Amino acid sequence: MTSREKILRAVAQNQPALLPLPEVPPFQQDTSELSGRFTEVAVAIGARVFRVMDYGEVAQVLRQNFLPSHRIISAIPELAGFAEATPLQDAHRHQLATVDLAVAAAHFGVAENGAVWLTEEQMGVRVLPFITQHLAVVLPVKQILPLMPDAYARIGQAAYGYGVFMAGPSKTADIEQSLVLGAHGPRTMTVFLID
Amino acid sequence: MMGAGKTRDHSALADVFNQDEPRVNWHDETLWFIRQKRDKAAFAIPDWELLRETASQIKAHTLSHLSQYLQEFEKNAQANGITVHWAADAQEHNEIVFSILQKHGVDRMVKSKSMLTEECHLNDYLARHGIEVIDSDLGERIVQLAQEPPSHIVLPCIHKKKEEIGEIFHEHLGTEAGMSDPQVLTETARQHLRETFLTRRAALTGVNFAVAETGEFVVCTNEGNADMGAHLADVHIASMGIEKLIPRREHLGVFLRLLTRSATGQPITTYSSHFRKPRPGHEMHVVLVDNGRSVQLGREDFRNSLKCIRCGACMNTCPVYRRSGGHSYKSAVAGPIGSILAPNLDMKKHADLPFASTLCGSCTNVCPVKIDIHDQLYKWRQVVVQEGHVDAKKAAGMKAMAAVLSSPATFKLAGKAGRLFMRRVPLLVNNSFNPWYKQREMPQPPNESFREWYRKNRKQHDQ
Ligand code: SF4
Repeated sequence: MTSREKILRAVAQNQPALLPLPEVPPFQQDTSELSGRFTEVAVAIGARVFRVMDYGEVAQVLRQNFLPSHRIISAIPELAGFAEATPLQDAHRHQLATVDLAVAAAHFGVAENGAVWLTEEQMGVRVLPFITQHLAVVLPVKQILPLMPDAYARIGQAAYGYGVFMAGPSKTADIEQSLVLGAHGPRTMTVFLID
Repeated sequence: MMGAGKTRDHSALADVFNQDEPRVNWHDETLWFIRQKRDKAAFAIPDWELLRETASQIKAHTLSHLSQYLQEFEKNAQANGITVHWAADAQEHNEIVFSILQKHGVDRMVKSKSMLTEECHLNDYLARHGIEVIDSDLGERIVQLAQEPPSHIVLPCIHKKKEEIGEIFHEHLGTEAGMSDPQVLTETARQHLRETFLTRRAALTGVNFAVAETGEFVVCTNEGNADMGAHLADVHIASMGIEKLIPRREHLGVFLRLLTRSATGQPITTYSSHFRKPRPGHEMHVVLVDNGRSVQLGREDFRNSLKCIRCGACMNTCPVYRRSGGHSYKSAVAGPIGSILAPNLDMKKHADLPFASTLCGSCTNVCPVKIDIHDQLYKWRQVVVQEGHVDAKKAAGMKAMAAVLSSPATFKLAGKAGRLFMRRVPLLVNNSFNPWYKQREMPQPPNESFREWYRKNRKQHDQ
């Protein structure tokens, strides 16, 4: 008997009589002030949030923080003049170690936890939003959902290869519970709420 | 104190931990601080209790249908291009991981947090087979350099002071002697581990949730270390216990609301990564591990322990854990839930753990999936006594306690008499008859119990 058969047989034998699967109930949610609440939580978990009119303003804010000598990558066509837009092949992923800033578009944000949802098409290469020293995300202000169940209702049966909720910059508090931003991933995360 | 050849039990190891009182107080307060952050996060959600109940029921259903969900997950994961392996026990898990590495000619691997690999002693096994493993979670890297196991499932080096970590970094990573600034130490680890991520061709991660419906799995970290490892490597191996399954993707919307609020009080971890397909040209493996879980599933009284989502809240709130430290449990998962899981794996070795509890019930109150933790600890005590794994003295104490607890009237009286008695002669209570309290000062007894207080107050209220 293979281990697969052995495990499945033992589990089938020992699992109790079928119990019902509950419906996920509609949870209480506040649909007012979504961008305000998203901003408040995102800032509390270490992100910076800017409200902007267009991509021109995104580039303008970022120019104040990054020099022309910095390596900036984005798959967003509107930022072509500002960032290196060449979509990199996965085989070249190690070369991304020198990226200073990556800018990606997010599908939507979640007000209750300040997270944004990204899938790999928006990253180009999966490791990019992790290996970059700094990360910026552009989020349409109308795309902020109240709760995580709303987020999964939106994701539905999407057939992504890889997707991630990102909530603020990489962080750790492993040394005596002192919060340090920039553990292994980006040191800063900036969210642009775009109209 | 100890008989020759007998390994030291929880209470003996707790005594060792208690020799340094300021450190115990600090450990206690740090964990209590995290417990308070959890409370704040939980109270901010109006539906918290509904969330817990829903999560608990989803897990109960999943366990009752687990053989079907495992097969559904396997089928969908395979359709996504993931290779699925089945490991009956720790040994087989380790062999599978080793064979994947061998196939790729890899002798160095980076690993993010996985309590399952601690349970299986994977690092030791691989080291014996010439494979170097570097743990990439900062806390785990610290305990790995110190050659210690993690002392907490979420906060692996919560028992270490920054000065000690500074010394470890000075010795292994070349920081200045005496440097203990968390900012500087974290930056040093970042540089050191970045080099590791960029040079490893294989990465192993744990799994927080696996979704039967979609064949994907979710890994939660704050540091981004699981992603750095998995996305840079050619081969990604994800190890998971078979109890990590959930039926549908939408259920993540329930569990991800509970997990991190319960763990650290954050609204969500920085990264909740959904792995559904390998990158083109690369490999993704999932190892489904039983290692005693199917046995626990058959123990009606302890089955619910398999609902655990490893948030650590029961440890942070536990007065015994906070004041005895994670290492005193000698088990990959410490604290209240570890004390239920460990006897299933080896009842004789872990017979002491169900006694490492005051049965105060705080663990049960905070558990996001509503596991009846303290009831199960009490039931384990009876099982291990019946099976003869407990020494005579503890068994006698147990019997007296069982008699008292089985009769509400005696319990009420015993409580009242106990409180009066303790206020007069605290040192007498602190005798060797009660194994947990040996050599400890009893806490100040309250002047009235909740029951008395409630009766008095309700009377006032009714009048
Ligand atoms: S038993 Fe409950 S509280 Fe303890 S770690 Fe598991 S889920 Fe968290």
